Amino acid sequence: MAGKAEAANGGGVKLAAMKPDLLPSNTPFFFRSLKLKTKQQELLIRVVVLGLVYILAFITRLFSVLRYESMIHEFDPYFNYRTTLYLTEKGFYEFWNWFDSESWYPLGRIIGGTLYPGLMVTAAIIYWALHFLRFAVHIREVCVLTAPFFASNTTLVAYFFGKELWDSGAGLVAAALIAICPGYISRSVAGSYDNEGVAIFALLLTFYLFVKAVNTGSLAWALASAFGYFYMVSAWGGYVFIINLIPLYVLVLLITGRYSMRLYVAYNCMYVLGMLLAMQIRFVGFQHVQSGEHMAAMGVFFLMQVFYFLDWVKYLLDDPKLFHAFLRVTVTCAIGVGAVALGVGTASGYISPWTGRFYSLLDPTYAKDHIPIIASVSEHQPTAWSSFMFDFHILLFLFPAGLYFCFKRLSDATIFIVMYGLTSMYFAGVMVRLILVATPALCLISAIAVSATIKNLMHLVRAKTKVVQSVTGKGTSAKASSKASLDQSLPFQRNGAIALLLGAFYLLSRYAIHCTWVTSEAYSSPSIVLAARGAYGNRVIFDDYREAYFWLRKNTPPDAKIMSWWDYGYQITAMGNRTVIVDNNTWNNTHIATVGRAMSSYEDEAYEIMRSLDVDYVLVVFGGVTGYSSDDINKFLWMVRIGGGVFPVIKEPDYLVNGEYRVDKGAAPKMLNCLMYKLSYYRFGELTTEYGKPPGYDRARGVEIGNKDVKLEYLEEAFTTSNWIVRIYKVKPPNNRW
Amino acid sequence: MEAMLRLRLALGFLLLAHLLLLAGSSSHPSQDLQIINAERRIDLTSHIVRVYLTLKVENTGTSQASEILLAFPPTQVDHLALVKAAVVVGKRKKKSYSPLDVKPTEVPEAPNETKYFSVSLINPLNAGESVSLEVLYILTHSLEPFPSEISQSESQLVYYHDSAIMLSPYSVKKQMTFIKTPSTKVESFTRVEPTERGNTELKYGPYEDHHPYSFSPIIIHFENNNPFAVVEELTREVEISHWGSIQVTEKYKLAHGGAQHKGVFSRVDYQSKPSISGVSSFKHLLARLPPRVHSVYYRDGIGNISSSHLRTDSRKSELEIQPRYPLFGGWKATFIIGYGLPLQDFLFESPDGKRYLNFTFGCPLLDTVVDKLTIKVVLPEGSKGPSAMVLFWWNST
Repeated sequence: MAGKAEAANGGGVKLAAMKPDLLPSNTPFFFRSLKLKTKQQELLIRVVVLGLVYILAFITRLFSVLRYESMIHEFDPYFNYRTTLYLTEKGFYEFWNWFDSESWYPLGRIIGGTLYPGLMVTAAIIYWALHFLRFAVHIREVCVLTAPFFASNTTLVAYFFGKELWDSGAGLVAAALIAICPGYISRSVAGSYDNEGVAIFALLLTFYLFVKAVNTGSLAWALASAFGYFYMVSAWGGYVFIINLIPLYVLVLLITGRYSMRLYVAYNCMYVLGMLLAMQIRFVGFQHVQSGEHMAAMGVFFLMQVFYFLDWVKYLLDDPKLFHAFLRVTVTCAIGVGAVALGVGTASGYISPWTGRFYSLLDPTYAKDHIPIIASVSEHQPTAWSSFMFDFHILLFLFPAGLYFCFKRLSDATIFIVMYGLTSMYFAGVMVRLILVATPALCLISAIAVSATIKNLMHLVRAKTKVVQSVTGKGTSAKASSKASLDQSLPFQRNGAIALLLGAFYLLSRYAIHCTWVTSEAYSSPSIVLAARGAYGNRVIFDDYREAYFWLRKNTPPDAKIMSWWDYGYQITAMGNRTVIVDNNTWNNTHIATVGRAMSSYEDEAYEIMRSLDVDYVLVVFGGVTGYSSDDINKFLWMVRIGGGVFPVIKEPDYLVNGEYRVDKGAAPKMLNCLMYKLSYYRFGELTTEYGKPPGYDRARGVEIGNKDVKLEYLEEAFTTSNWIVRIYKVKPPNNRW
Repeated sequence: MEAMLRLRLALGFLLLAHLLLLAGSSSHPSQDLQIINAERRIDLTSHIVRVYLTLKVENTGTSQASEILLAFPPTQVDHLALVKAAVVVGKRKKKSYSPLDVKPTEVPEAPNETKYFSVSLINPLNAGESVSLEVLYILTHSLEPFPSEISQSESQLVYYHDSAIMLSPYSVKKQMTFIKTPSTKVESFTRVEPTERGNTELKYGPYEDHHPYSFSPIIIHFENNNPFAVVEELTREVEISHWGSIQVTEKYKLAHGGAQHKGVFSRVDYQSKPSISGVSSFKHLLARLPPRVHSVYYRDGIGNISSSHLRTDSRKSELEIQPRYPLFGGWKATFIIGYGLPLQDFLFESPDGKRYLNFTFGCPLLDTVVDKLTIKVVLPEGSKGPSAMVLFWWNST
């Protein structure tokens, strides 16, 4: 609100700067009768542009709904959807105290204490609000459209943030850039109902409010940023980024001698209140005072107090010599006490050490060596250059330019955005999924570059116009006046400026085209429904996942336990409504390793494991018929690695031939007879998948399989979907002993 | 909120058997009638048994007879879905049928709990006169799969129980029964001489001069691979909108009512040998929707089901749907079909300003049995005093 009110009064620099000269002489009569003043016009344009950007951000994310249908995408969103459904049906307290016995059989999972409830509560509130207004929408539609809605809201925050950092022009550009940036769209298309969808909004909002608080020194803004932080904590584990970036930023300000009362107020209020609020989230609990990842914030908090204290002492003591002595003593004491406290805390186990995920961020090779389960997730891989280009496009080039402008006009706010940009770019390089966190920073910094450049160019172009206009106003011949004005300036300066402007617009339009293309081609697939082009260019839909899940839901006993690799756990519980052994909440490595071990053992050994886990059905995903490459055979080495990490009987070299992973005749014997191989290729040898190829030709790997005569002793085929993508086997009851 | 203007009128009723629960009048079978000639054609080609009965009834007594009784054994009555009768008027080329009123009735001292339906004649039958009747009755759930569990490669065999001699409260002079089976594969059948077996037809009779309530049980064991599509529960919601449209939502609980599937389901067999593998399973159904249907959707609890085709012309709309997976014996599926219809086709205004909705109770899926049907009519805002007119027994909640 305050931002808007300000926009109405102040600002008005860029777009309408030429108007004062034009208005009296050139505008027709009816324009004048509307009585719009320059500032009003400028405001109108700004509001219209922002409104259009708001709508654009929403509709560009609807490709997936138009191409496919209004459905939840991928893996984690299915868990979020299931919990939201539970929340709206059973109410908040039931949700908070939910013990889910349908996952992690036989352990179960305490849902209320192991999730970030922000997303579900947000969707439920939207749902209840709509129902209060008598819009009888289904909760699924609310969930599907939550991410686009929040993306739209993010554009507004980006505008205000840009305005705070630079000017309202930069804000507008930032809003437009972030509205269509693929890095952000990848996680916020309609149906991508994941924590990140609201978390990026919360992240940017917290940063904006904090920067505003630092700029104004106002307690109110600091309070607002504490609440923004609370929302972020409730929504996503990525809040750790905020609680480390802000202290780092404060530290940098302290070091560069930018300590001020504004900073003191903003940080202390934000930290103390934010910490207390964050403790209300059960999953986070006392981590703010107990976990190593949050200690930086606390250290900076105490440092601030020391600074304040020193300031006060300096004010009391007029003698610089005395003060310096005091300073030395105090700083030594403070650092000493801090180090001792940290050491004692860590040694006594009160402060927990850094988690594996945090380590793997600082050291990209850590996960590969120590935690295969983190390394096995594709979105945790280090980012390739191509995906930077894919997700950022021209922002990648505008980013350094923006940094230049920021350094040229250094302020508390620009220091923040520079730090945010640099740190998040580093993290984006470490993990693919963290491109998302870097996107707002890149958009803002690039917006500064674009806005500043265009503004400079426009000044050049307009400087001429002004002269021309004023001269024509006087009534002299246009020709003579333009000649005169050209003589006054550098040669071709105006043409150069126009050419550069055109170039900038060309780049920006390429960006828009690229973003739209990426959104429609790459990021709008739900990955539950697969689409391919048929032989005649028609669209072929592979709906095998839902076919299998719905079959499970309707044709298996309600208490059946399904064993599958953890990727499909959430989907089976949400769509199949059946109990799973492991799911995407990879909290128990041993349990997952047990499943990995079962999949990589011989059938009889696997049967023992499955009996001990009460498994009724085994589900595998197989792409050999359709050529779908992200199937279980391709994920199999990770199962071996994760299984072998806990159970040393599973050894990765047993499944490889000369370090090579293969499924054809030359494959390792253990590979050809392990459970996963058997279940994937059971009776596949009888099938001709491609014309001109021998039967049993695996299209996903492009080889003829090595073991065509797969016999199953302890399992039987229960269901295979129409394109063989999902295969379900029933575990037979034990034979009678006599 | 304002007063709840949305009124819900729900008509719930069971199609099967409950026709009998509220029986009408009770009457004695007249001993003066006799059936001169009876011809029964039993169609066993689908899982719905259709029996066409042609009766020639003569009044041999002295008084007028205004109704004719049809008798059913109690085992059949439980599965009786529909009884229709028509009288044949005119001869040969000018033959026409005028429908008759049929209602359940009770007869005191009925032997072996025989149940009756009475057919009311338009013109009472005078002494010495005779009349030709055409009766159609439909039996559901009357084919008993045996063996009750089959594997994917087996075809489905069923039992059909009936009587070689028509059960009737009147003496029957001459009668014949033709039973049509879906294929030539008949495992066994009871012989009641004279019995002949043709290609896909069994012929019982002619039998002459049987006394009332004669009964001679027969069992036919034959192959029937027709889809045993049973809608266990159908909930239809008809929403009348002010905006010129009727929105219909039908929630189906579909099951395969035939022999239970046993053991493995092998996709490779199912794909490569469709003629011998899973022959009793079915994978698509045809729904006949009213003409001028629009905004048709077909989905289930987890989203849209992409395998459906809609063909529309001026007289009817056909929606071909495929459940997500083929249905084998005992397998179940649920889905929702929704569509919009133009209001003017179904809503009529009477001169006194009342409006009538004329809508069918029928299930649009062809060759399916509906076990339980609930219809909800959502009236538009501001409707007052709803009442329903139904031609059979029903239960309004």
